[in-house]
Amino acid sequence: MFANLLSLLKYRGLIQTLVARDLKARYRGSVLGFFWSFFNPLLLMAVYTFVFTVIMPGAHPADIQPYGLFFFCGILPWTWFSSSLTESANVLISGGNLIKKVLFPAEVLPIVSVLANLAHFMLGLPILAALLLYYQRPLDPLELLWFPVIIVVQFFFTTGIAFLLAALTVHFRDIKDILANMLTLWFFSTPIIYSIQMAPESYRWVLNLNPMTHLAISYQEVLFHVGPHGHWKWLLALGAGSIVVFLAGYFVFDRLRDSFAEEV
Amino acid sequence: MKNAIDAVNVTKVYRKYARKKQFATLKSALLSGSLVSELQPDETFEALRGVSFSVPKGCTYGVVGRNGSGKSTLLKCVAGITRPTTGTVTVDGRISALIELGAGFHPEISGRENVFINGIMLGLSKKEIQKRFDEIVEFAELKDFIDAPVKTYSSGMYMRLGFAVAIHVDPEVLLVDEVLAVGDQGFTVKCLDKFAEFRRRNKTILLVTHSLDLVEKFCDQALWLDKGKTHGEGDPKLVVTAYIVDVEKSEEQQLAKEEAARVAAAQGDTDTPPPATADEPHNPVETAEAPADMFKATEGRWGTREVEVTAVTIADAAGTPAHVFHTGDPLTVHIKFRAHHPTRDFVFGLGIFNGDGVCCYGTNTNIDELEPDRMSGDGEVRFVIDRLDLVEGTYKFDVAAHKLDGYPYDYHRQLYTIRVKDRRKDVGIYRPPHRWEVTGDVTFRAPGSGFRRGADDETA
Repeated sequence: MFANLLSLLKYRGLIQTLVARDLKARYRGSVLGFFWSFFNPLLLMAVYTFVFTVIMPGAHPADIQPYGLFFFCGILPWTWFSSSLTESANVLISGGNLIKKVLFPAEVLPIVSVLANLAHFMLGLPILAALLLYYQRPLDPLELLWFPVIIVVQFFFTTGIAFLLAALTVHFRDIKDILANMLTLWFFSTPIIYSIQMAPESYRWVLNLNPMTHLAISYQEVLFHVGPHGHWKWLLALGAGSIVVFLAGYFVFDRLRDSFAEEV
Repeated sequence: MKNAIDAVNVTKVYRKYARKKQFATLKSALLSGSLVSELQPDETFEALRGVSFSVPKGCTYGVVGRNGSGKSTLLKCVAGITRPTTGTVTVDGRISALIELGAGFHPEISGRENVFINGIMLGLSKKEIQKRFDEIVEFAELKDFIDAPVKTYSSGMYMRLGFAVAIHVDPEVLLVDEVLAVGDQGFTVKCLDKFAEFRRRNKTILLVTHSLDLVEKFCDQALWLDKGKTHGEGDPKLVVTAYIVDVEKSEEQQLAKEEAARVAAAQGDTDTPPPATADEPHNPVETAEAPADMFKATEGRWGTREVEVTAVTIADAAGTPAHVFHTGDPLTVHIKFRAHHPTRDFVFGLGIFNGDGVCCYGTNTNIDELEPDRMSGDGEVRFVIDRLDLVEGTYKFDVAAHKLDGYPYDYHRQLYTIRVKDRRKDVGIYRPPHRWEVTGDVTFRAPGSGFRRGADDETA
């Protein structure tokens, strides 16, 4: 397993090329091009902002003002997470030709999904920056050093789950449908449209069990809230946990690897 | 010399899942608590059973065998796409597999970008592809279309580009699975030249093909797989000959079986006459009517059976019943008859039809000026052909006994089939014995040198 894992480094060039291909091919022939990669987060932001500032203005405390910016800090990484998983669940089946017909390292495919969506996430950052400028929220450069760390943690966590989903979907096609519903549930159990402080004390432990909670809070701490990044202990613990998730996901993937060519 | 490919005792077992489990869902697996057992196969299928072979470096190795004999599975095991269930395959050197051409192409992006991506998938670096790019495009004959999205390509263009990329990977070991049918004649020649060049540069080629000519002319060694087992290995000429004999043998059995079924069916036809003719059961002639269109190639049997053709066998020179012949072989049609009453009015006839229903030849004893004298009881007439000069194909025989005026005793329409085999690819129906003569400054090379010639031209 670890030998295989190491060989991933060998496929750097391949991964890079495939990510580039993915990005190029996705919006080929569309008029607005890569704008579509953050259209959805922007739309969600507009909708939720309207709901929470116009329809129920009293529903959120003052510490998450401006609401649009707060929401955008959470929805952008969430979009990365959820679309990575949705794509990974399907990636071995849609890439069946590669697995069946040519000598191709299958683990590259889920990684490419996660990385391509990371690229979309990155493309959304200028919009976030524009929002920060508009609302005149200066960033603390020291605090910003945490930003890449959060991304790395999220990358390993997402990729681990992506491996697991990709491998299992080959055998159980209905994982795709389960996943769509799970992600909706997961979205609402993550403090993105609300802040963790708004959740009743008695339920907070449930939210704390959700790894995405700590990622979302970390993004909000770094990008939105003023003051030092107070959530770093949680983040580092999650970092260790996500390495475990990554290895576990890869382990399952590696074990089922031989069945892919026959089952896809 | 060191071996490029070593396969030791390779067995590949595929799983077969029962029908109900083909649509297995996670839900059902969890509900019945059978998550683990669902992943277990119900039945297995052995695609390869203990196949061992080794290919020395620089050798061109052919694999022949019928459909489903495990050739492609073997190639996949060598390529590393699937792992053998037991046994080992070791390959020394970079592999390029021409199994599925252009498998990694993305339809939305241009041919140019796809060449790079495909090249990287096959293990080249960007720089190496850059260096070979023009050559690849040149080879694929796609200069004008290389910047168009691959989805606009025709299937031929798609395959050519796939082939061009794969062959320019510059592998040590090239695996080829029946991919020579990717282009027009010109492109095929180019591919063969490329293979010849590989041979000259002492690369190893593993070739899986149904083209036996290619194996004979091109390979240094050959392996014959049959139902997943090695059935023969060694000199390609010997292996191919043995393989052809085996194929003909099973073809023979197949034809014999079909013929028996046909004759039995035709027998059944006359036992229960169709309702249209049942109106006048007392007139023996009318009860079994000839088809309205005598030239329509439908199988069947009719006639009064006053003279009955009881058995027809087509036999080779030694008198053994056979269904597979080679162009130029002798052939005898044995017609056993029984005359239920002595008669002085009889003609035996025979017709040969090809697969398209075209009458290749037809004659009878009357045409051949044999005056009927008398006939009674059992007997046999033989139609003897000294040289069967028909080109390759399937032929059907009509055999008939009738009166001089055509009144049918027993008419067997296209019930007997033979297959004529010929490795020469001449066309038409009839192959007259012939030769070519020339005068003037014209010379021909000895047969079999065609491949080398193309290769030599390239180095010149």
